[in-house]
Amino acid sequence: MTQAVQTLSEEPIPLGQTEQSALSKDPAPTVTPGLLRRALHPDLLRSLGLGLLSLAAGVLFWHWASATNLNVFVNFENVPGPGKVFASFLGHLETEIFYTHIRVSMQRILISYSIAAALGIGLGLIMGRSRIVRAFVMPYIEVIRPIPAVAWIPLAILMWPTEEASIIYITFLGALFPIVLNTLHGVEQTPEVLVRAAQSLGASRLAIFAHVVLPAAMPSISAGLAIGMGVSWFSLLAGEIISGQYGIGYFTWNAYSLINYQDIVVGMLVIGFLGTASTAAIKLLTKPLLKWQKRTR
Amino acid sequence: MLDVLKYQRPGAPRNSSGKGAIQISEASITFGRGVSAYHAVQSTSLRILPGEFVCILGPSGCGKSTLLNAIAGYVKPTTGAVSVDGVAVEKPGPDRGMVFQQYSLLPWKTVYENVSFGPRMAGASRTEAGSIANTFLGMVGLKKFGSRYPAELSGGMQQRVGIARALANYPSVLLMDEPFGALDAQTRLMMQESLLEIWAKFGTTVVFVTHDVDEAVFLADRVLIMSAAPGRIIEDLRIDLPRPRTTDSAALSEYIAARQHCLATIRSESRKAFEEQNK
Repeated sequence: MTQAVQTLSEEPIPLGQTEQSALSKDPAPTVTPGLLRRALHPDLLRSLGLGLLSLAAGVLFWHWASATNLNVFVNFENVPGPGKVFASFLGHLETEIFYTHIRVSMQRILISYSIAAALGIGLGLIMGRSRIVRAFVMPYIEVIRPIPAVAWIPLAILMWPTEEASIIYITFLGALFPIVLNTLHGVEQTPEVLVRAAQSLGASRLAIFAHVVLPAAMPSISAGLAIGMGVSWFSLLAGEIISGQYGIGYFTWNAYSLINYQDIVVGMLVIGFLGTASTAAIKLLTKPLLKWQKRTR
Repeated sequence: MLDVLKYQRPGAPRNSSGKGAIQISEASITFGRGVSAYHAVQSTSLRILPGEFVCILGPSGCGKSTLLNAIAGYVKPTTGAVSVDGVAVEKPGPDRGMVFQQYSLLPWKTVYENVSFGPRMAGASRTEAGSIANTFLGMVGLKKFGSRYPAELSGGMQQRVGIARALANYPSVLLMDEPFGALDAQTRLMMQESLLEIWAKFGTTVVFVTHDVDEAVFLADRVLIMSAAPGRIIEDLRIDLPRPRTTDSAALSEYIAARQHCLATIRSESRKAFEEQNK
């Protein structure tokens, strides 16, 4: 075998000259532009600028509506203005408990989301490759998926030994379904010709799973992971209603009980921000796995 | 072995291993059952010798790809048997390299990784597989493109990678399912010549499915013409054009005669099918 390799490599046949020269005239960028250069790309700058402009306009409207006690069907009379909310937010930044709320919530997200991701991807992959497993599991997904997280609160309290476990269960459930369904969808999208090609190259069933099915499903899986992260945050809020002490959801719910309007908005915005940030983090983490796709465009 | 010597002509490749004999015995292939049964291939018997370049020529949907898939091991014949080198075909395997029509490279692997995939699966070390990959990429003139992803290459280049990938397993049979069908005319001509050069080096048996008469006559030692569905081989035509063949070969009288013969056979066959339908 080695000898054959050597004799062959001695006489490479120059093929496809026309195609190559055509390609070298218009070379694809081999050096990927630096992060900074990409960040300063005019298109990106423009959309970033528009985004900021839109947010600023929103805050301005909010300020105006609450300052003038706007009451046109939607009533802003009791809505605290952005100034009040921001002042309240700055005040909370001084307190240690505010950070504890955030830390506890992030911990819960991390645990529930990790379990949901592992179980969701695993289950989705197996369901995608086995009709029997899919037929068996699908009814549960169809029935349980539409149940909102809040509706789970009483049962979760009854079923799980601790409050913490109930909260994690509710959060986990929120993240699970988008991950399972997207993974399943991704596996179903695997082109059959690629499976056949791998078979004819001597790949075992396991190797086909690792080298063909999983990467083919990867774009869909990463979409499911990003959606799941968002859903897990709003499930967390429902779950933390149970909690007697900590969590940003508890903070928000507690502010509502105490009729502390500024803090409700602070809680809401913090959840929104954390949700967005963690979804962005997931996208960033899965990006290297999809670099082949990026180059396609 | 004697059979091989009998058909050896000047310029034809040497197949020193003597491997790659294909035997199809009264194989028929039917999809579905009962009323909805579809007869893709009618009882077909066929022998292909080691090192032969055989083109299966026929209209779309005549079952020529199905027959190829039976040799590859993707489809089990409903009756009859298919064997390669005396071993019954049970499932796809690296001894029968497969080149598909298009888009069959793994898009998430680089060109280099695609070609070294087969050797890796066969248990070669990373370095071994890498040197095999480089050899075959060099052979198809794409050594420089190893680190590219398939989507960054043109259709013709992708197909060359596909050929390199199949050959990297040192198959005894190379099965090609309309591999140049999606390419533009100029690229196709170039690819045909390239394929013949590679085959001259390797001497593996090639079974090449096409609906292009010119392609079949230009490439093959033997052209098997298939009828419309249910497919069966209606003619086994030997092409005695001298090798190596170049684009100039198309001007030879033997080429023109063979081409006309194929066209006439196909025309009379489709007329027959047409009359059958209008009875």
